[in-house]
Formats: sequence, structure tokens, C-alpha cells
Amino acid sequence: MSLLPDLKSAGVMGINSRNGDYIMRYNPRRLFPLVDDKLISKELAIQNGLPVPELYGVIRMLHDIRKFEQLVAGKEDFVLKPVHGSGGNGIMVIGGRSRERYRTTTGRILTRDEIAHHMENTLGGQFSLGGQPDQVLIEYRVKFDPVFDHVSYLGVPDIRIIVFKGVPVMSMIRLPTRSSDGKANLHMGGVGAGIDMRTGITTNAVVGTSPVHEHPDTGSPVVGLTMPHWEAMLDIAARCYEITGLGYLGVDLVLDATLGPLILEMNARPGLNIQIANAAGLLPRLHFLECLELDGLSVPERIALGKEATNRDPREITRMAVA
Amino acid sequence: MNRRHTFILAACLFLAGASLFLYKVRTLGLPLDAAQETEVWTMEAHVSFHRDSVGAAKAHLRIPENPFGYRIASENFVSRGYGLTVDERANERQALWAVRKVSGEQSLYYRLSVYADPTRKGNLPKPTFPKVPELEEPYYSAMMDLTSHVREQSADILTFTSALLRRLNDPTPEENISLLRAGARTPMQRSKLAVTLLAGARIPAEIVQCVRLGEDRRLADVLPMLAVHNGDEWIYFDPQTGELGFPSDLFPWVWGSKPLIDVSGGRGDMVEFSVVRSLQPTMEIAQERAASLGSKIPEFSLLALPLRTQSVYGVIVMIPLGALLVVLLRNFIGIRTVGTFMPVLIAIAFRETQLLGGLLFFTLIIVVGLAIRAYLEHLRLLLVPRLASVLTVVVILMTLVSIASHRMGVDTGLSVALFPMVILTMMIERMSVTWEELGAKDAITEGIGTMMTAVLIYLVMGVTVLRHVLFVFPELLLLVLAATLLAGRYTGFRLTEYRRFKAMAADQ
Repeated sequence: MSLLPDLKSAGVMGINSRNGDYIMRYNPRRLFPLVDDKLISKELAIQNGLPVPELYGVIRMLHDIRKFEQLVAGKEDFVLKPVHGSGGNGIMVIGGRSRERYRTTTGRILTRDEIAHHMENTLGGQFSLGGQPDQVLIEYRVKFDPVFDHVSYLGVPDIRIIVFKGVPVMSMIRLPTRSSDGKANLHMGGVGAGIDMRTGITTNAVVGTSPVHEHPDTGSPVVGLTMPHWEAMLDIAARCYEITGLGYLGVDLVLDATLGPLILEMNARPGLNIQIANAAGLLPRLHFLECLELDGLSVPERIALGKEATNRDPREITRMAVA
Repeated sequence: MNRRHTFILAACLFLAGASLFLYKVRTLGLPLDAAQETEVWTMEAHVSFHRDSVGAAKAHLRIPENPFGYRIASENFVSRGYGLTVDERANERQALWAVRKVSGEQSLYYRLSVYADPTRKGNLPKPTFPKVPELEEPYYSAMMDLTSHVREQSADILTFTSALLRRLNDPTPEENISLLRAGARTPMQRSKLAVTLLAGARIPAEIVQCVRLGEDRRLADVLPMLAVHNGDEWIYFDPQTGELGFPSDLFPWVWGSKPLIDVSGGRGDMVEFSVVRSLQPTMEIAQERAASLGSKIPEFSLLALPLRTQSVYGVIVMIPLGALLVVLLRNFIGIRTVGTFMPVLIAIAFRETQLLGGLLFFTLIIVVGLAIRAYLEHLRLLLVPRLASVLTVVVILMTLVSIASHRMGVDTGLSVALFPMVILTMMIERMSVTWEELGAKDAITEGIGTMMTAVLIYLVMGVTVLRHVLFVFPELLLLVLAATLLAGRYTGFRLTEYRRFKAMAADQ
């Protein structure tokens, strides 16, 4: 075995383990639409008093595209999102407009026709899982908190928190870069910085799989950043468990300058790169929590447990789970 | 709980598949190798006699019935004007040729093809203990003297018989033996003597008349074997050497010491045997045998289907194996492919186009298709019409490539089957979406992963032995299913994840 790196002792969760041991066990299939359909999750969050970006309107079918102007009337900026999109695909962020033209936050100038075509493609299912017919959601464009200005290139940084049975266990902030085209997508070259659950301060950062200390475009340090409203974010993330019922959940938050943390979306199949960003495996924390009775705990209790789980030495917990 | 459930299910499937497979291999003898051949012995008994004057003649030939260790593949009679009846009694068969008016030299033939089958046991009933034969003096005393001597020096029927045969064949015989074997010169007579002496010790014994098999024997020997019943089963001895065991080059023609032929109305009657060895496809023999065993399996096998359907199933039974390969490559290695089972479909398409031609052909069409798809993007077509347009372009491309390659004298393009077009279209669409969303690197990685997987599956599907085995033993699909189920419970790391998470590895 010494031929291969020892990921097991490091407590790294692999795709097979995530799918087989966590998603299949803790995320009942019937609950997936609650997070895969962004419209449903938005409504769910609103009903339960969790903060989300304001919904301007929905384009449900080709015919609705003509209502587009009306829906965004008076809005200088807005975001178009596929209701069933995944991984940030198909999201168009309009940062401003001049007469008939719209400008995306990455600087592309689009005509109304080009936007309509994008919406047609979305409706046709280009960005949805399995190519199912989709809908377009038009919502408030987050005015992101300037605290991250020096570590973002164009797009909106977002904060991903993994929530296991209501306990926030690991988190990172994803910072857009030039190569990620303003999307906070690690896969496309964004910076991922792991956040200490206890303090809300970034401890480690990577681009792809290689560690970094500064943002590749701005040169500002990405380690040691403090998340504003950290406790509020943990609180929102923990509550997402109640509204969805999903035991293994990824909650994506953005920080609005005036509104504070908002839920961007939730994910029933959160990715594994968060481990690289944190330079820590998920399994020790999950194994620790799996040994405990979590049902019936209050939100603050669960947040406290999540912080405690971070302290665990991977080897000790793996042993504990085995025993 | 789920894990245990999966293991139990996989074990059950494995057992069911494996036991049916073993039954078909062991009992029915279905071969694992399509080209396997079985040694078939064709024996011909030539009965001849002479009739001086015109008149009736009758010939009986004792023929094999349920020979142990062998199975009869076919038999036939050459009768030339004779009426033929086959007289079947328990453990005994006779061919009876009869004619009313005949004269001169007469020849009758019986031809029999057999092949070895160690599972076949004779069905002779368990014999009763024989009475001590009533011999005249001094033979009686000699027999009793000999048997009591031998009994003292032996422990059981086996050792008794071999000790007796050793003495009987002693080149410097003692007094009793010389007396007893005075009239017994031929091997047959010796064997009869042995039966009599064994009866003196109340041991049931019987003679088996055997034909010696050989590569190509014009004149095969007929020689007796001594069968002794030890209470449980028959054990065989060479009456001339006392050697234990039935030699593999002997075919047990009939039981009993009665002459093989009995001719009335003729003289100079004799029977001569010739043996020819040949090879026949094991597959055919096994199927005949399964049918003769009353097994329903040949009727419910894929081999019972019309040939056209068979050739389709020859491919279909390989698909689960391809799917299992995809599982292994994706979940254990971590190779990324476009679509889940796209590689399996492409591998099947390769069967039509041949590997190298197909690989070039598909890559060409995908590359051109991607370019055209990118161009169509500018026209802002809706998804489904765009897919349809790409499909049309793919068809046009395929036509062009086929015509061009034909003009150049390469016929690869012509053998393209119908369905790869849709596969190619889907692949182009998916790759172009990946291209747009995740970048060229990912799209190309997935494209290459798909092609590599498809090539691997194609190569595995091309292994003749595997194809034959899965086709003849479709129950092995249960084993494939069991393996797939087990693979489905694998939650360890994928090989590629060792690279992905390398930086996180614990210090060893």
C-alpha cells in the first residue's frame, strides 16, 4: 500500500465513499427536488424565515421571455439562473445596462436577443441535469460585501458550508479569479480557502490542488481572512437541515453588503474539494458525529458540536468509529 | 445491513450461476472452448460366415448396451437383404439378422460410434452370491484347497482376487493350479476358470468382453476383463496379469462369457472388429448428450434460437461485461467518460467498423461535429432543433466519409451500422456542453477517456473464448451481476483520487 499516498489515515473522503456512505444513506432521493429545484428551495427558505436573494420573476416557458423586460424593469442589475442548474452552470450575472444593451459582470455586452437566446437554451434544458426542460429564475444581484474586494476578481465569492445532520462540519470560501471567469468555481481555477469552524478565519487556501497564500490576480493574502457574520452563517447553514431534511448537505452562502449572509443555493451532492481547501479530511469529523445521538439537539448545540468535531485528531476518531 | 444484504445477494447469485455453469460443464460436458473436439471411436463388427447351399440363415450378434465409461453417439447396421431385429432385454442387446434364401460368403456389419464419458456407470444389477460350483474330483478338492490358501493370504475381495489371479498365471504353477488350468489355454478360458474359482469362494464375478481401441486398427483384439463385485461396486482385473482397474483403451462390449456371435445355417462364422478414431466438435456431442439425458437445458439455451438471433445475442451477452468494465474504470480507477454507457455503445459500433478504422472515423466525425456545433451556437437554435441539426450533419459527414473512403479503396466507412449516428450526435452535444461549461481540457479529457474505455471494452468483447463462454453459459451473467453488485458497495478511493488528494496524504 505504500505505493499510494495514505489518504485513509488523513481521513479523506473519496467520491465512492461520499456517494455510497453519505449521500445514499442520509439523503433520501425524494428530497432531492427540494435543493435541485432552486425555486422550491428559495420558497422553502422564505417560508422558514431564512434569508435568500429576492426573486424578481420566473421565466417558465418560451412564451414568458417577452415578459423579461417587464420583470427586470427598474432593476439596474440582476441574475439569471437555471432553476435546475448545477455547479454554477448557466448563471448569467447582469451588472448594468445602457439602453438596449446589458453588461455582464465579466464585461461582456449582450443584446436583448442574446439574453433571450441564453434563456431559450436554459428552458430547453442545456444546463439542467439530464437535459430536462428547465426554467429561468431572475433574482436580486448580491452586492457583495467589500470585505472580499481585495481577494476577488469580478464575481461573487461564496461560502460553502457542509452540514451533516444539522451540524456544520466544514466550510470554505470560494474566491473568483480571472481564470474562473468570475465564477466562484474551484474546478475552473477559483481559489478555495478553508475556514476554521471555530473562529471563521481562513487557515489554508488552494488553487486547483496546489496551496497558495495570495490571490493569483490581486496578490492579497487569502489566508487569515475573517468572515463577517460567521455565527449567523453557521446558524443559517444548520437550519437548512430542518427545512430540507437532507442529512448530508452543502449550503452556499453569499455575503451581501447590506443584507448580510444570504442562501445562494443548497446542494445534495456537495463536492470534495473543500477537503483540499481545508487541508483536512471530512471523515474524522463525520465519524465523530456518527457516534453521537444528534436528533433533538438545538441549533446552537449542533453548532457547538461542529466546532468540537474540528478539534478531533483524525487518527483518534477513526479508531473511535471503528470501536 | 445493506452491505450484508448485498454480500448475501451476490453470494446467492454467484452460487446459482456457478452451479448451473458447473452442471453444464461437468454433467452435460458443454465445452469451454468453441473449437474443442472430442475423440470419437467408431467400431465396426464384421460378421462373416459361409453357407454352402441355398437356404435360410440367421446370425445373432451381441451388441453393447449402456457401456460403462462411454456413451453411444450413433450406431447403424449394414444388412444387405437380411431382415434385422434388435432384441433388447435387461442389460443385454442382440442384433438378429435373418434371411430365407441365401448362399455363399456372407458379410454383415454393425457400426458403433462412442466417446468416453467417465460419468457413465453400467446399470448391471447387484449380483447375488454364487453357489459353490459342483466340480468333479479331483478338481473340487483342488479348487477348495486353492481358495482356502488364497483366503489365508488375503484380507478382502480385492486382495483375494488379485492373489488368486497371480497364482493362476504363475509361470511355475503349483500342483493345484496346473491341474485346474490344464484345459484353459485362451484368455477367455482362463477368465472363465477365474470366475469358477471365485464362485468357489462365493465371490460374484463376471466376464466383460472388451474391444481394444487404438489409433486406426484394422483388426482390433477382443479380450476378456474380469469384473468382481465387492459388495458395493464392480472392480475390474486383467485376468492375465491380475492388474487392477479398467484400462482406458478398452471398450466394454458386452457382459458375460457367451460367444459374441451365434450363426445358424452357416459355417466358419467369425466376427472381426476394426476401430477408427476421429474428432468431432464437442459442442455437438454435448448437445446430443444433453438431449439424450432428458435435460431441458439445450431447449432453453441460446443455441436453440434461430441463427440470426443467435448472432445478435452473441453481442448482447457481452454488454453486461462491458458495463462491468465501465464500473471498474469509473469507480475504481476514476476515468471520466462522456455519458455513463456511451463507451459500451461505441465499442459495439467498433465491431462494425473495425478498431482502427472506427477510431479514426469516429474521432474525425466528432472533431468536425464539434466545430459545426460551435458554429451552430451562433445561430441561437433551440436545444432540440440544434441536436437534430447536428445529427443531420453527422449523417452527411458519415456519407461523405464513406463515399470518399470507398473512392480511395478503403472500405471501413461502408460497414458503419445504423446506430452510431445517434451515439455520435449525443457525444458531440455532451462534449460541447462540457467544453463550454468546464473548458476544452475537460471536454478533451472526457472524450479521450470515452474512446479509451470503448477500445478496452471492444478488445474484451473480442476475446473469442469469453464470447463463446458467455453465449453457451449465459448463467455466467449472474456472476457478472454479483461482481457488479459487489463493486457497487466499494466506497474506497478511486485511483485518480490518490493524485487529486495527494497533498493531503498522511505522512507514512
